[in-house]
Amino acid sequence: MNGIFDKLAASLEFPFVRYALIVGTLIALCSSLFGVTLVLKRFSFIGDGLSHVAFGAMAIAMILRLTNEMPLVLVLTIISAVLLLRTGQNTKIRGDAAVAMVSVGALALGYLLMNLFPTSSNLSGDVCSTLFGAFSILTLSQTEVWLSVALSLLVVGLFVFFYNKIFAVTFDENFSRATGVNAPGYNLLIAVIVAVIIVLAMNLVGSLLISALIIFPALSAMRVYKSFLSVTICAAVVSVICAVLGMLIAIVADTPVGSTIVAVNIAAFLSFALAGKLKG
Amino acid sequence: MSLLICENASLGYEGRPIVQNLSFTVEEGDYLCVVGENGSGKSTLMKTILGLTPPLKGSIKTGDGLKANEIGYLPQQTPVQRDFPATVREIVRSGCQNRMGLKPFYSKEDKARAEENIRRMGLEELAGRCYRELSGGQQQRVLLARALCATGRLLLLDEPVAGLDPKVTAELYQLIADLNRKDGITIIMISHDLNAALAYASKVLHVGHHLFFGSKEAYLDSEALSGLNREVTA
Ligand SMILES: Nc1ncnc2c1ncn2[C@@H]1O[C@H](COP(=O)(O)OP(=O)(O)OP(=O)(O)O)[C@@H](O)[C@H]1O
Ligand SMILES: [Mg+2]
Repeated sequence: MNGIFDKLAASLEFPFVRYALIVGTLIALCSSLFGVTLVLKRFSFIGDGLSHVAFGAMAIAMILRLTNEMPLVLVLTIISAVLLLRTGQNTKIRGDAAVAMVSVGALALGYLLMNLFPTSSNLSGDVCSTLFGAFSILTLSQTEVWLSVALSLLVVGLFVFFYNKIFAVTFDENFSRATGVNAPGYNLLIAVIVAVIIVLAMNLVGSLLISALIIFPALSAMRVYKSFLSVTICAAVVSVICAVLGMLIAIVADTPVGSTIVAVNIAAFLSFALAGKLKG
Repeated sequence: MSLLICENASLGYEGRPIVQNLSFTVEEGDYLCVVGENGSGKSTLMKTILGLTPPLKGSIKTGDGLKANEIGYLPQQTPVQRDFPATVREIVRSGCQNRMGLKPFYSKEDKARAEENIRRMGLEELAGRCYRELSGGQQQRVLLARALCATGRLLLLDEPVAGLDPKVTAELYQLIADLNRKDGITIIMISHDLNAALAYASKVLHVGHHLFFGSKEAYLDSEALSGLNREVTA
């Protein structure tokens, strides 16, 4: 037992580990906030698609050998979010089909690019860390740390400010539109924020596990709580606790950060499902 | 000038017309009852008025400076996802959203308005309950309370009494009549309940093979009614 704490204490000596913990906690917080909206509104398909787009964008950033990969990835993902939302409203190409095309395409092209222009000898390691996060949270540059912190706080701020509108538009978009609420505008806002969250979360858990980080806490909370407010708060708390626990376990046990966090989230989900059953 | 002007509009989906050559006007303070058989296009008309479905031809214009955020709406069906976590109070309050602009939080007045409509719909006991665990009639009352929160000048109701028990139905008709007479709110209501609807309405729009638009009195004499009556009694 003492060994574990010694190892933790030793790791926490490193500033980059402390940064990683802070950034990871903030990312977990803001990704959980939009979980309910993503689970319930048919935005979940956009979330999935965008995480693959972010992978493709990351590949481009890598072969360009950018020191700060995030800004480019951010811009490309936001543009894709806006485009996907547009096609989603277009009845000719079904939204889901468009998302599938874009997301699988981005995945394939990203991998192809990384193969054609390898930037390091350890290609599969690079791919793996982009897909599963591995240790990217520990390798953020100083700029990226501050950018992540600023963006996370911005996301939380926007969520609080637009909380009631997000609820109204998520609950019943047609009613909102019919009664003069700018629903298309808020849809766009949600899509852009989701893009930001995805880019942030990619650093923590990698592009394949982003959906898990966003959706699991909301699903857990929905097992037990019945109002939008309580589900939102519970999801945020669960997500932060799971992320902190996951990161600490990963440090101690030398496991990959992303999958450890998701594993903790799965455990949380199972306990909430059980609690929901017992509560009836 | 009129609140709504519909001129030679064709309504339908994806180029297939359901109602053609429809013309009518709604004046401030009117109580318009829309009747017609199942599938004749009544709900479609309401969605077109609200801008949710574009007209195929012609136009439905708003006049008198009527803004979208002065409209309350009760849809016939609200496809709420099964697991949506939302309490009655959260949903009713969301009806106030259209008057809030960019303001982030509900004011005291907004909350009071929501409580008032919760009370009007007899939902006090249910206010903290989860929407998806209510009965069909209770859910209908929640959506009505939300519609009342959103209403400023015009209220559109798509079969508001469907699924309500007789007592609540009678109270609701009285409430709508009061909104119309005392608060001067213009009402457009779709209903299959001809007797009750005609007791309160001032104008009637019949959608279907025979289009009819005119005062209630003219409607009672008209052919459209006899056509519908035959169907109702058959
Ligand atoms: N989203 C849609 N896409 C295509 N066709 C539709 C759509 N909604 C309704 N319709 C069709 O339009 C016609 C009119 O439907 P509408 O819902 O307006 O009828 P209604 O008069 O409200 O009937 P009811 O009394 O049963 O409510 C129906 O034949 C229906 O099949
Ligand atoms: Mg209908």
